[in-house]
Amino acid sequence: MEHIVEARGLTKSYGTVRALAGLDLVARRGRVAAVLGPNGAGKTTFVRAVATLVQPDGGSLRVAGFDVVRQPAHVRRVIGLAGQSAAVEDAMTGRENLEMVGRLFGLDRAAARAATTAVLDQLQLGADADRLVRTYSGGMRRRLDLGASLVGSPRLLLLDEPTTGLDPRSRIELWDAIRAMVAGGTDVLLTTQYLEEADQLAADIVIIDQGRVIAEGTPSELKSRAGRDVIEVHARDRAALPLVAEALRGLGGEPRVEIATRRVAITVDTGTDRLMDAVRALDSRGIDIEDIALRRPTLDEVFLTLTGKPVDTAEPQDRRRHPAA
Amino acid sequence: MTATTTVATRPGAGLAPSAVAVALRTIRKFVRTPQLIVVGTIQGALFLLIFRYVFGGSIGVGGLPYVDFLVPGFVTTTILFAGTGAAAGVAEDVEHGFFDRLRSLPIPRLSVMAGRSLADTALLGFTLAVTTAIGFAVGFRVHTDLAASLAAFGLCVVYGFAFEWMFITMGLVARNAQAAQGLSMIVFPLTFVSSAYVPVATMPSWMRPFAENQPITVMVDAVRCLTQGSRVEALLPHHTAYYVGMSLLWTVALIAAFAPVAIARFSHR
Ligand SMILES: Nc1ncnc2c1ncn2[C@@H]1O[C@H](COP(=O)(O)OP(=O)(O)OP(=O)(O)O)[C@@H](O)[C@H]1O
Ligand SMILES: [Mg+2]
Repeated sequence: MEHIVEARGLTKSYGTVRALAGLDLVARRGRVAAVLGPNGAGKTTFVRAVATLVQPDGGSLRVAGFDVVRQPAHVRRVIGLAGQSAAVEDAMTGRENLEMVGRLFGLDRAAARAATTAVLDQLQLGADADRLVRTYSGGMRRRLDLGASLVGSPRLLLLDEPTTGLDPRSRIELWDAIRAMVAGGTDVLLTTQYLEEADQLAADIVIIDQGRVIAEGTPSELKSRAGRDVIEVHARDRAALPLVAEALRGLGGEPRVEIATRRVAITVDTGTDRLMDAVRALDSRGIDIEDIALRRPTLDEVFLTLTGKPVDTAEPQDRRRHPAA
Repeated sequence: MTATTTVATRPGAGLAPSAVAVALRTIRKFVRTPQLIVVGTIQGALFLLIFRYVFGGSIGVGGLPYVDFLVPGFVTTTILFAGTGAAAGVAEDVEHGFFDRLRSLPIPRLSVMAGRSLADTALLGFTLAVTTAIGFAVGFRVHTDLAASLAAFGLCVVYGFAFEWMFITMGLVARNAQAAQGLSMIVFPLTFVSSAYVPVATMPSWMRPFAENQPITVMVDAVRCLTQGSRVEALLPHHTAYYVGMSLLWTVALIAAFAPVAIARFSHR
């Protein structure tokens, strides 16, 4: 069976910056794929290539079997794009925005109206549909933007960092909306900087950095490789940090000490059990701590575990945000 | 959400419907941002008043009242001032990803540019009408017939459509509203080194050949001739038909130069 997205050795450079450096990525039909990566990893460039907005320099990229370079018009009939910035018109109402996009998808007036109402209800924007988008909150704008990519009933939905900048509640609402779409049969390719988001939404996760895939698998595969949870101890005293690290050693991976924030973190497999062990170990040594927490690993920690090196946070000069071609 | 599963591919809208949808959005944006309209109108009125009453006293134009000389020039150059807003609007659409969405849709790329330029031209028509009305309010009078005056107004709208392509191109190149505004301001000197506000004959001789033949002068003089008739023709080296013909040639040249660039730039990936 052909894949919904299939990239082979995809390359794209901007001057000396290699945004995509031979990316191999397959998104399967009927599953949500998440592309996970830090700032500047090439996520947006990849999504824009899939959306026919950026012409790759080399390699091949097929969407629903169509070649993005040779058959862009076919690809555009299949996709719906919600880019990194919410591309909705402030001076129109939510309903007008969606009807406009519906019309552009080739729906007649009645069909555009019907699809708009359905999407607004689905995204729980029905009550605010006739307000100007100018008055929307950030979360509502995002949901409307999602709706705009949806009114044309695309086969493949492309979501570039759909929840960046949202508060936790809006994020969860948006996740629910995405799940509902997936249940309706839409294939989704999304990008994110949050491991948790990929974990929540995706069946397959591809971690990329500097335009290359560095790890891929199902969430549970990646987690079993990267460790499920992280125990983090906030020491009261900087001098106690080596003792804390010593106490935690042996419970999981190698303890990571962060002197500036007086924290020691360790990746473990069975979180709650190990948390008890950690508390006991600290207690038996009489170490004073500020607090201790069990949490999900961050993308940085997954990186560290999978690649043995931290995310390259030093942003070169030219790594600003680029809105368009 | 049953539609999601059943529809495989969408045909996409044709050229005309998608151009209309894009144009409608630009017009709605303008109409629903009253600040834009109010500030724009006040600004235009203020400048017209300054030119009319501050400079007007010191500029004599061969027996023609300065207000009759000025208003055709002022209305014509309004096109360029309004154009900076259009350039900024286009740049904003690039910046905020709106064009990305449009370019990802199954519609002809030309339709976005066509819709944008037509809508901006329609809005310009409104601005020109307001400016003309203010002109009449400060004493401007037509000395030809209604048909000629309407032709003059129509000519301004046609100029506007032609210049629109230049401003769209600037917006697409700048990709940032402020930069676009800055870039489009480079046309302002062109309005001053023209017959728009003062007769070219009063300029130094080295400047005159340029000032006499550059498009703004030709366009302004066409409008001036059409609204003032022989009173103005007597002051100019050519007849009305020459200026109208030349100005139309310039509009064709502007469209030929910038429309392909704008469309190519928009479609580029
Ligand atoms: N139009 C462009 N011109 C120049 N460089 C670009 C352009 N687009 C992207 N880049 C560069 O390509 C690299 C990848 O950028 P991209 O936007 O794809 O990253 P990203 O993973 O989406 O990052 P973020 O999480 O910040 O959105 C960056 O170094 C960026 O500076
Ligand atoms: Mg990005």
